[in-house]
Amino acid sequence: MNPLIRVRAIAGKEFLQLKRDRMTFGMIVMIPLIQLLLFGFAINTNVRHLPVGVVDYSNSGLSRVLIQTISATQVVTFTRHFTSMPEAEEAIASAQVRAVLIIPADVSQRLVRSPSVGLGSPSATDAETSRPVAQWLVDGSDTIVAGAIKGLRSMPLVELLDRPSNRTTPTFEVTMLYNPEQRTVVNIVPGLAAIILTMTMIMFTSAAIVRERERGNMEMLITTPVRPIELMIGKIVPYIFIGAIQVVIILGLGHQLFNVPINGNLLQLAGATLLFITASLTLGLIISTIAKSQLQSMQMTIFVLLPSILLSGFMFPYEGMPLAAQYIAEALPATHFMRLIRGVVLKDVDVLNLAADMYWLALFTLGGLAVASIRFKKRLD
Amino acid sequence: MTRAPAGYVIQAEQLSRRFGDTLAVQELDLEVEKGRIYGFLGPNGCGKTTTIRMLTGLLKPSAGRVQVLEFNLPDDAEKLRLHIGYMTQKFSLYDDLTVLENLRFIARIYGLTAKTQKQRIDELLSIYGLQPKAKQLAGSMSGGQRQRLSLAAATLHKPELLFLDEPTSAVDPENRREFWEQLFDLSDQGTSILVSTHYMDEAERCHKLAILENGIKRADGSPDQLMLEMGSKVVEISSADLRQLKQTLIRLPEVISAAQLGARLRVLVKDSVADPIAFLTRQPSVKPDDQLSLVRPSLEDVFVTCTGSGRDAP
Ligand SMILES: Nc1ncnc2c1ncn2[C@@H]1O[C@H](COP(=O)(O)OP(=O)(O)OP(=O)(O)O)[C@@H](O)[C@H]1O
Ligand SMILES: [Mg+2]
Repeated sequence: MNPLIRVRAIAGKEFLQLKRDRMTFGMIVMIPLIQLLLFGFAINTNVRHLPVGVVDYSNSGLSRVLIQTISATQVVTFTRHFTSMPEAEEAIASAQVRAVLIIPADVSQRLVRSPSVGLGSPSATDAETSRPVAQWLVDGSDTIVAGAIKGLRSMPLVELLDRPSNRTTPTFEVTMLYNPEQRTVVNIVPGLAAIILTMTMIMFTSAAIVRERERGNMEMLITTPVRPIELMIGKIVPYIFIGAIQVVIILGLGHQLFNVPINGNLLQLAGATLLFITASLTLGLIISTIAKSQLQSMQMTIFVLLPSILLSGFMFPYEGMPLAAQYIAEALPATHFMRLIRGVVLKDVDVLNLAADMYWLALFTLGGLAVASIRFKKRLD
Repeated sequence: MTRAPAGYVIQAEQLSRRFGDTLAVQELDLEVEKGRIYGFLGPNGCGKTTTIRMLTGLLKPSAGRVQVLEFNLPDDAEKLRLHIGYMTQKFSLYDDLTVLENLRFIARIYGLTAKTQKQRIDELLSIYGLQPKAKQLAGSMSGGQRQRLSLAAATLHKPELLFLDEPTSAVDPENRREFWEQLFDLSDQGTSILVSTHYMDEAERCHKLAILENGIKRADGSPDQLMLEMGSKVVEISSADLRQLKQTLIRLPEVISAAQLGARLRVLVKDSVADPIAFLTRQPSVKPDDQLSLVRPSLEDVFVTCTGSGRDAP
């Protein structure tokens, strides 16, 4: 009796079934493809062309130049002119505009005294001189929108007066490593590989055992001499290849379409990815031994998927989360892989420097296989 | 591990299984001899499947002792697996695999080497007439073909003991006869078989059978023995108004059941009545020119006598 033969029998059977399931087979390619295009093109935290309005109480040549200067930053686009404040506020409430610029009647006096044009250096203690040029009324509910407008707070206005710009020395010099142009997509694409693998890998195996039960194959399967651990390993083997295909699609297209650099060692990348794939697959297997139906396994997959998206560092920096959330994140394979893949792909880190993450994924896989095998009973009761 | 006395493949004592409040199987004693075809006869829900699942180690008995081959269940269930074949009531092979792929899968799981695998599968395909269907998806086959595939899969590793749970429920009479020929072939080659059914004609083919009702074994023995010792006699009456006659006879405490069969009424009379013909002739509802005759009991009569069903049947 050779355990390897039985593992191969299960794996071969899974592969045949997968091959015949056109829908699932299509999804293997379509999910990473569509997600990559969506995230790559649509998601951008560098906000551009926010629709805004203006209430211009001064109605002067200067106010029109001011509006043009702000438009030139491309952060906002002036789409509406309001005559009164209530009208403007209503437009913000109904989301026709995201913010409104209020230009006071005395804008020219304010501008001349403003430090942003640098005509003199008036002391900021003077109530008269420290008045801002104009006011922004912002829809603060979206913090990214609010942040973009806040960025306009201290924009230089020297061009307004046709004067040579006053060179100011910043307090700090900031040098951007790895993503000098600050393109969101560079960080998103490797992270997306982690998220898509989490989703598809857990989804595939979370239905693996339940499906046998729902389709009535379980009674036959448990009558055979197959051992639980052989069943579990056989069930995950075909999906390892599928995970690998998905990573190649995401990183390959990310590189081609969005110029995401792949700086690291490919072999190390493959090793880390393989560990993450097996860890996610075993997580799915555990779900599969708990769920009573495919619907339940789907619900549990989402239950794991959401924290993986939100806490793994994919969307928000890990360090910004409260301690409790960090603990939860540490338990999720996605968090560790997020560090590994971003490290290797973007920064060419040697995986040995991230050994702790590798160990965690390996341990998770072994522990997961053990738990799933123990939980799987070759009985109907 | 105690060895079973030679000659028995299944021995169960006081086997019970409870699901919540329902007692699916109650204190079942069972002995199945080696090399025989043993039948479970009983209506829907009488506990046939539950019993078979306990005998194959898939369900833990709530009480009682089971020994199958030389293995004590449920402890040695895993060792038993290599020696038994089980054809489930519902088709349990893969619908989305072909006949050949299904058989190959089973062969590998049972650890057949590549060479014996091919030989054995070819052999089974020809025995069960599946050769032309080898490349067809199992899910697209007819009920009879699927059932032959199931039998092929269950016997692939040449088990000593075969469990068949209502194997012919989706099969026409012609194919049923053929199927039983194949069971007798297997039996001749030394395979012991336990088969459940609710068809009388199938039960009659078994060497021995047990009649189950509501999880209780009502009788067991060979079909002939059961008919001989069933505790009632069968009288057939030819009469003008059978429906009326039936209504009156069935109320008598001595009459177990009365069933209309074409132009005759088949009446089961308890053995306590010494001369059933005389007894029935005495009844006012039986007319003088009605013809009464004592006939050989059938298995159905045994079943009706044992289970008491039919007594109140219209
Ligand atoms: N898993 C279960 N949970 C609860 N009750 C069950 C379970 N399995 C069987 N039963 C009950 O046990 C009784 C016997 O069921 P079983 O399936 O053994 O009958 P059967 O003789 O095989 O019937 P059929 O001829 O319809 O296949 C039934 O009343 C059934 O409802
Ligand atoms: Mg049944």
